[in-house]
Amino acid sequence: MIRVHELVKTYGEFRAVDNISFTVPPGEIFAFLGPNGAGKTTTIKMLTTLLKPTSGSLTLDGLSPATHQTEVRKRFGIVFQDPSLDGDLTAYENMDIHGVLYAVPARLRAERIESLLKLFELWDRRDGFVKTFSGGMKRRLEIARGFLHTPKILFLDEPTLGLDPQSRNQLWGHVKNLNESEKTTVFLTTHYMDEAERVAHRIAIIDHGKIVAQGTPDELKTQTKTDSLEAAFLALTGNSIRDESANAGADNLRQFTQMWRR
Amino acid sequence: MHAIHAMWLREVKRYLRSRVQIIASLAQPMMYLLILGFGLSPVFQQAGQGNYIQFVAPGVVGMSVLFSSVFSGVGLLFDRQFGFLKETLVAPVPRALIMIGRTLGSATNAVLQGTLVLTVCIIAGFRPASLAQLPLAFGFMILIAIVFAALGTAMGSVLKDMQGFQIIMNFIVMPIFFLSGALFPLTNLPPVLKILTSIDPLSYGIDGLRTELINISHFGASLDFTVLTIAAVAFISLGSYLFSKIEI
Repeated sequence: MIRVHELVKTYGEFRAVDNISFTVPPGEIFAFLGPNGAGKTTTIKMLTTLLKPTSGSLTLDGLSPATHQTEVRKRFGIVFQDPSLDGDLTAYENMDIHGVLYAVPARLRAERIESLLKLFELWDRRDGFVKTFSGGMKRRLEIARGFLHTPKILFLDEPTLGLDPQSRNQLWGHVKNLNESEKTTVFLTTHYMDEAERVAHRIAIIDHGKIVAQGTPDELKTQTKTDSLEAAFLALTGNSIRDESANAGADNLRQFTQMWRR
Repeated sequence: MHAIHAMWLREVKRYLRSRVQIIASLAQPMMYLLILGFGLSPVFQQAGQGNYIQFVAPGVVGMSVLFSSVFSGVGLLFDRQFGFLKETLVAPVPRALIMIGRTLGSATNAVLQGTLVLTVCIIAGFRPASLAQLPLAFGFMILIAIVFAALGTAMGSVLKDMQGFQIIMNFIVMPIFFLSGALFPLTNLPPVLKILTSIDPLSYGIDGLRTELINISHFGASLDFTVLTIAAVAFISLGSYLFSKIEI
């Protein structure tokens, strides 16, 4: 379903994504783990047509995001790392505009919006402006919206950031259900190792733009001779915090290059 | 088509819901109309140019259409900041349609704002020359709104943050306004100013409004219409191109 081969994305001298290859078969839940600034979001942006790769090839459902943008966009749903709702619209309007943009027929749209908002316990607040929602409610709304057009592939970029344990638990329950009932392929990133271990069939660990290991959670633990995924993750990526500096560096470079390209 | 309509509707809803902003944005045009209008009236009269309030009201209407269409177009920046932009960028709809929907929505808001200002002008004592020509005046308002909403969207596609907004205000929007002849007649200008005013698309918009509202014309309504139409097509094309190139 997703095929990535020798993918590279550079910003000037900085190699945000450095020659990565992986495949995700249809129906799999694939977790992409790595410290902050490792290149997870950049990879997702390339897969979702928001960024053009510097070199290498990638396909979704056999189509290249660089050349078949509209076709690729029809096939996936995405929950971004940071908010992407319109606060001046109501919850229902946010769902509705999404449905229109994804050409979900009016009748089906209304049905699906109702069932999804009920599922994520937002139906009572459907006419409330999103700017008045709590962080958790906004998150749930974004996730509900990602499901609306029944995508073949669902990208979840740190979807549980800022959610309480109840909501996290519920979210992964929904993701697993959807994966089982509709065979949706799921590509997710998270910082919570327990979540990855619980839902993911396979995991790739990325650090400094390179994939350092991939396999099932058990394979990763065996490979590193550790007994938990968290320990395996630390064994593979080290204990040092490069965190914000790497991240800010990438962001600055990105902004800088974008500013001068035009 | 559905996508254009959805984006249009979103812009209009956002405008109608921001009541405080609607009222607040009446303040500036009112200052130009009332303070500048009454302040310069005696001088204008002595120079044999007639009533300045009559003269400046179409300019003030044009100004408010300019400002609200550009701001609404640059609203793209807020969407970038608050994230909604991404939602529209990954949608399986050609980006040109998203851009056109946004632009038409921004233009609609600007025309609503212009209508509001025109109403206030009339309350303040402005008298249009003929009611029969009012629809034509609205036609010019719509053209001005489309031209500058498209320009706003084009600029919003290139800018990365709110700092750029100040630059746009000071170096693009204000010169467009001051050079448009909104505040002074375009006759007998020094050569440099004559050239600058005649390459400012808003000059033709203000001239069109003045032609239809008070029967004073500098370029002639058909030239006004032609220039504005060409500018609209050019800016919409430019805006669609820049919008389709956005990477986040």
